[in-house]
Amino acid sequence: MLTPFEIIETIKMIQEENLDIRTITMGISLRDCSHPDGNIARQKIYEKITRLAENLVKTGEDIEKQYGIPIINKRISVTPISVVAESSDEENYVKFAETLDKAAETVGVNFIGGFSALVHKGYTNGDEKLVKSIPLALSTTKKVCASVNVASTKSGINMDAVRQMGEVIKDAAQLTAKDGGLACAKLVVFANAVEDNPFMAGAFHGIGEPECVINVGVSGPGVVKKALEKVKGADFGTVSETIKKTAFKITRMGQLVAQEASKRLGVDFGIVDLSLAPTPAIGDSVAYILEEMGLEKCGTHGTTAALALLNDAVKKGGIMASSYVGGLSGAFIPVSEDAGMIEAAMKGALSIEKLEAMTCVCSVGLDMIVVPGDTSAETISAIIADEAAIGVINQKTTAVRIIPAPGKSVGDLVEFGGLLGSGPVMSVNKFSSSDFIMRGGRIPAPIQSLRN
Amino acid sequence: MKAVITVIGKDRVGIIASVSSILAESNVNILDISQTIMQDMFTMIMLVDISKACVGFNDLNDKLEKKGQELGLSIRIQHEDIFNSMHRI
Repeated sequence: MLTPFEIIETIKMIQEENLDIRTITMGISLRDCSHPDGNIARQKIYEKITRLAENLVKTGEDIEKQYGIPIINKRISVTPISVVAESSDEENYVKFAETLDKAAETVGVNFIGGFSALVHKGYTNGDEKLVKSIPLALSTTKKVCASVNVASTKSGINMDAVRQMGEVIKDAAQLTAKDGGLACAKLVVFANAVEDNPFMAGAFHGIGEPECVINVGVSGPGVVKKALEKVKGADFGTVSETIKKTAFKITRMGQLVAQEASKRLGVDFGIVDLSLAPTPAIGDSVAYILEEMGLEKCGTHGTTAALALLNDAVKKGGIMASSYVGGLSGAFIPVSEDAGMIEAAMKGALSIEKLEAMTCVCSVGLDMIVVPGDTSAETISAIIADEAAIGVINQKTTAVRIIPAPGKSVGDLVEFGGLLGSGPVMSVNKFSSSDFIMRGGRIPAPIQSLRN
Repeated sequence: MKAVITVIGKDRVGIIASVSSILAESNVNILDISQTIMQDMFTMIMLVDISKACVGFNDLNDKLEKKGQELGLSIRIQHEDIFNSMHRI
């Protein structure tokens, strides 16, 4: 029999500490939707998504009610569109994005990911068309998210793609200038992208994935913070143990919801993603966890070590709680989506350079970072190249989601709204990286890739 | 199917009576009941069997929630597995 204490602990986590299931994401393969006629391909895409995801939102809401745990987002990820659209003879793929947007609207999900291309070793014709279509696609649709994988440990860094993505990001920002460059918040540039990530904006349904799958992302920075408040001043062994136990409990809940959703929808259960994902809500911040460990402000010296401990303990605690762990699984540090990060950046405690160091020891990378509108495409490319290098050498996923907000300069605050939050404009290095980026070609795969 | 009902708030006369009358109307069997004062709050926890209930889970949830608002308390019903999964291996 459960004890009252246990029952109240769970209820408190949900009511007061923002414990929730961040997302149930349905991955849908669109590989059978290719067609030489783009209109027919789009018809097939729309029909398949709306058929398979018809009950996704309703099922999520039912589970939410029955278990009393909020499920914040219901989302869809699809096969990279460059693969699906490639057989058509169309020159640009904006219409495909519009179809995804329409399908997402019909089934009621808040984001659909997979307007993507994997170009870490080079472009196919379809990849080239897709990447070119990104700025317009993201500025004319609401729910579509795009991602481009430009590097991998196995193949090195495609510097031509890195260069092009700098320009794509600038164009996307320009086209959505009146919304602070919002399109860029829906675009992720990856190194070592994973195929089963349920989190946006970087979710897509990988080539090795089954026909249809349910992946779940848990969350709960607030719960970890509260747990650490109870062990103030204790040594790091205790800190790590406390995080592990909390992560275990959080993940068990994700596992339960994932299994239940896959059973009710009659779809395979893929993975639970162990990430700690913050939201702009007070008390739902990863930065506050780091500060709880004893740092005056997130970003000061010691932040990287604190984050490394956090990230590792979350994985150790979570891994045993779920039968299949995958996705990105680590702590996220999106600046504009984390109340503590926003505060730290505004006070000057947190810089891009420090964030770059932090990405070496946690999930993903430079996430939701707003930089001045006059930042050059080459500088953005160089930022991407640095992140990609960290990912490739350390055999981890890294990503860049950066917004050069048109007309904004350091110190301004750009409002994106909702889960995307608001980002303070951060300064970038003022010296040029242009000649470096203009070289082009590929940075060869590192020695770490030769493991056979 | 078993569910856990929790009532949290300020103590007053008739809490158990009003909750259990809703349960009786809905043909929900009470398996266990415990109440305590936790951090100055009245806390009642009930384990109930809803497999023979004559109303759906969501309706029962709505009824209890409404009663909670009337009484100025928080009343929630949750499938017991959410607690089992978190606290039992």
